Amino acid sequence: MILLLKIWQSSLGKKYIMALSGGAMLLFVLGHMAGNLQFFLAPTYINAYGHFLQTTPEILWTSRIGLLVMVGLHIAAAISLTISNRAARPIGYSGGLSAQGSTLAARTMIWSGLIVASFIVYHLLHYTLTLPQVNGYQVFAGEAMDFDGLVEPKTGYHDIFAMIVLGFKIPVVSGFYLLSVGLLSIHLGHGVASMFQSLGLRSYAWWPRIAALARVLSVVIFVGYASIPVSVLLGRGSDYVNEVRTSGKPAHVSPTSHSPSK
Amino acid sequence: MKVQLKVWRQKNRNTSGKFVTYESPDLNPNMSFLEMLDVVNESLASRSEEPIAFDHDCREGICGTCSLVINGKPHGPHKGVATCQTYMRSFKDGDQIVVEPFRAKAFPLVKDLVVDRKAFDRIQQKGGFISVRTGSAPDANSIPVPKENSDLAMDAAQCIGCGACVAACKNASAMLFVSAKVSHLGLLPQGQPERFRRVKAMVDQMDEEGFGACTVTGSCEAVCPKSISLDFIARMNRDYLVALAKGESKKPAAGGV
Amino acid sequence: MAILNSNVPSGPLATKWENHKFSSKLINPANKRKYKVIVVGAGLAGASAAATLAELGYDVHNFVFHDSPRRAHSVAAQGGINAAKNYQNDGDSVHRLFYDTIKGGDFRSREANVHRLAEVSVHIIDQCAAQGVPFAREYGGLLDNRSFGGAQVSRTFYARGQTGQQLLLGAYSALSRNVANGGVKLNTHSEMLDLVVVDGQAKGIVVRNLQTGELTRHTADAVVLATGGYGNVFNLSTYARGSNVTAIWRAYRRGACFGNPCFTQIHPTCIPVSGDYQSKLTLMSESLRNDGRIWAPAKVGDKRAPAEIPEGERDYFLERMYGAFGNLAPRDVASRAAKTVCDEGRGVGATGLGVYLDFAESINRLGEDKIRERYGNLFAMYHEITDEDAYKAPMRIYPAVHYTMGGLWVDYNLMSNLPGLFVLGEANFSDHGANRLGASALMQGLSDGYFVLPATISNYLAGQAPAKRPPVSHAAFAEAEGDVQKRIQRYLGGKGKRTPSSFHKELGKIMWDYCGMARNRAGLEKALGLLGNLREEYRKNLSVLGEAAEWNQALESAGRVEDFIELGELMCRDALEREESCGGHFREEFQYTKEDPEVRNGLVNPGDVKRDDTHFAHVAAWEYAGPDRKPILNREELKYEEIKMSTRSYK
Repeated sequence: MILLLKIWQSSLGKKYIMALSGGAMLLFVLGHMAGNLQFFLAPTYINAYGHFLQTTPEILWTSRIGLLVMVGLHIAAAISLTISNRAARPIGYSGGLSAQGSTLAARTMIWSGLIVASFIVYHLLHYTLTLPQVNGYQVFAGEAMDFDGLVEPKTGYHDIFAMIVLGFKIPVVSGFYLLSVGLLSIHLGHGVASMFQSLGLRSYAWWPRIAALARVLSVVIFVGYASIPVSVLLGRGSDYVNEVRTSGKPAHVSPTSHSPSK
Repeated sequence: MKVQLKVWRQKNRNTSGKFVTYESPDLNPNMSFLEMLDVVNESLASRSEEPIAFDHDCREGICGTCSLVINGKPHGPHKGVATCQTYMRSFKDGDQIVVEPFRAKAFPLVKDLVVDRKAFDRIQQKGGFISVRTGSAPDANSIPVPKENSDLAMDAAQCIGCGACVAACKNASAMLFVSAKVSHLGLLPQGQPERFRRVKAMVDQMDEEGFGACTVTGSCEAVCPKSISLDFIARMNRDYLVALAKGESKKPAAGGV
Repeated sequence: MAILNSNVPSGPLATKWENHKFSSKLINPANKRKYKVIVVGAGLAGASAAATLAELGYDVHNFVFHDSPRRAHSVAAQGGINAAKNYQNDGDSVHRLFYDTIKGGDFRSREANVHRLAEVSVHIIDQCAAQGVPFAREYGGLLDNRSFGGAQVSRTFYARGQTGQQLLLGAYSALSRNVANGGVKLNTHSEMLDLVVVDGQAKGIVVRNLQTGELTRHTADAVVLATGGYGNVFNLSTYARGSNVTAIWRAYRRGACFGNPCFTQIHPTCIPVSGDYQSKLTLMSESLRNDGRIWAPAKVGDKRAPAEIPEGERDYFLERMYGAFGNLAPRDVASRAAKTVCDEGRGVGATGLGVYLDFAESINRLGEDKIRERYGNLFAMYHEITDEDAYKAPMRIYPAVHYTMGGLWVDYNLMSNLPGLFVLGEANFSDHGANRLGASALMQGLSDGYFVLPATISNYLAGQAPAKRPPVSHAAFAEAEGDVQKRIQRYLGGKGKRTPSSFHKELGKIMWDYCGMARNRAGLEKALGLLGNLREEYRKNLSVLGEAAEWNQALESAGRVEDFIELGELMCRDALEREESCGGHFREEFQYTKEDPEVRNGLVNPGDVKRDDTHFAHVAAWEYAGPDRKPILNREELKYEEIKMSTRSYK
């Protein structure tokens, strides 16, 4: 406990927390992306994947709680560091500092981070808690939409595929998503390299490779995530959604198995 | 050539300061920036105006006394040089040049452009040394040091302690300075016995002084007159992590003679 | 008349230091902490002395005018530090280093001191390596060496072109450790403005805090001055702008003798002056002469670009005149040769005051990368200052003031004729005679601080009752502080028009013109007249703005410049009195001519310095006699027991 306190009290300690929690969240971001990319397979794959997670609470809740802790630590350390960083220069320069070798991404980590955090809140309300009030249908399409009622005709599982398609059909929602994924990728472009730096996993020989890894990851993550709303806006899944919404409850699925748990 | 100077003037820590604009006398492009200030000061003194206070000494880029943020950049427009090695040919006739002191809570202002950088000394005193008494050293060649390590240690040891890294960092962080010292000694076999104790003590004092944390923007490296690398910060992060993980060392058992 | 006893121990030269250490008095550890020692300055000598005295247990108080001890001008030494390690197996030994140094100093230094310096040199390298000084190494992990002027062996240890910086940081780290453990009380931004003498012994100092202007008195059992050299009397020099004579000058005015003030070193390889606004001359390390060749056009008035001058029309004058040492001739010799060439009208550059230092041949032989690795930072510095690329065209260099061999007179224990006042490093006169060899200043500073003073100071302190130093309320302290107050009031109350720096420029020009690389009776007499007038003008026409109780750089320099003017007069007087040429002191009246047998025998060149051992084999130790009175000349005869004074030949 004293060790944890010591870590928290030191500026380097907080950077370790930033790096480790950031690293954990990076793993989630990659895993989540891999899961999501099943969207490009037949609908049944992603629906089965969702069904598996929803019916395996030990995995679901361990990762949810773990992630929550990581997000909490990451944000708390970031805010605490930002406050002390600001305090370290009470009087600034007249024209501001010139960039001096730093990138915009590096200088604005707290902002990209906070915007992504607010997006995550929205994203959870949107797709995890599936609050009808936030999915934009009432405002932008003039109709109510409840993602909970979407059921895959073949399996009776909660139809995540359809939910994704319907969710991203609202351009404002897709736009916010793309913006946030963009910021996330910028955040990671600096963050991944900094993670290695903060933990001291860097040397003259390895730094160019680490920097390259960070750049590649940030592009992969952006393309991976952005491909989904973009493909929806380009029409993917429209036919399927119409089919789901018109067919109603499929006959061959037992009534007990389709009620989605959250 | 002539320039217009917009200079921060502040009598002392307890009064407020402001920018004052001066027209320089005729200058020679081969003057150093500090020589330009000398000339401006002479012309101020001849009008019975108090000269601009600025820190300087060796004027060959090694003592680390000169400072100044020139047009938003510590030590002026060039890479790898101190203010005293910045020459007026880097500016154009008629330019306006904004000159400010280094800004950081840990570097309190003394007068005009002069700040107090004793915080660096206090960090040094916490562990920036190898505890070796005069006279106790073995023959110098009894401690072989791989040339690579020795060269790398020298890269770090070149730090002139000017504080430009702090001035340039958006967080006023002293990580580059502290890491240079920690790495210089930590890279050498002579520095091993105190390696982890040293990094712990120096980093803790750095925090104590009120410097900010590192966000790896790289500004420090970009303005450093000795181009000291961010690699050293990573090295220090690593050593500090090990030091933290090791925890407190056991107090020696009470003993007799 | 002051009594000058060199206190050189008896016995054979090689065992004097060992014997002296054994016969020196000791102080028991419990009593050491009762002795308070003031150390002024924290360069190589000051920092190493303060740290080592604290390790021994003395109560050490260190005063520096900089914001940090790490800024002392030792930091700027580039090339290296000599030591008789003989790691190169090239025939070096303590005796050879001793002999080279004595000969390099043109037989005007004290034999026993120099031998001790050579003995101690080997321990310095051990100490510094153990402290973590990153000396240059070979791939095997052992230390590398290079050659320096005035020696035919490679005995110079170095850390790129920043040896002084690294050695200073080593001493600073030792100092910092002792500040942390309470052994040294560090006072920064604290400039010593007077020495306090109680009953004929140095017992304290008066200090002005440069940040607040506050004056304070400090008492001690002994006072150590390690405040560096006084080359800024020339205004333009390779010294830091802050380097000044005030500490030792105030000690001189309180009764300490000033030894050989006219012995000034002019370094041959500096970047030439470019204009009258210039505040500073920059040295290009002597190590460059390992790979660079010095030349000037053979024809008078040849204004062609260097590349257009064919090999046959170049005069590699050092190689021509001093075959055995060539481009590595000692500094005084090389500087004078460059001056001669320029006086003949063969100088290069816009002012005609410059010669070439050419790397073309080395670059051809070793490749540009190798040269870059060895001297990259110096080439970069040259480029910053001159906007010229020395990889493509030769550097232009010209001699500049670099070091002062003179300083306060000290005995073998490094104690001045004022008991209780010790003087170390460049501030004393002791080890370099009339010319210092390259890479020997660092050696002497650290030798004095780490090894000599800590062993000799107890000889004095053991005679002082512990914890019986006078209180700061003593009348002598009040008087000294009063004097300082009066000076400050005088400067601030002046109704004149001129700034201290305008006087400093004028002083520098007088000194350079008449007491620089070449001196003669008429010039020195003229200079004395000019300096007298300048001193009067300074009293009448000085203007210092601002207040006493604040950071006031003009006020700081007002005191320093006045002391420099007075020192300038003493230097000219000393140069006038010394009617011979030796080392860096070149009196035009005393030089070898074609008729001299030494020239005909090929030992020396016409125009080389001509010593007069019959009349001038002594240290001139000047004693203050009061304001506006001619100082008293005391002489310490130099007795050479082991070696014979001979004609100094580098041919």
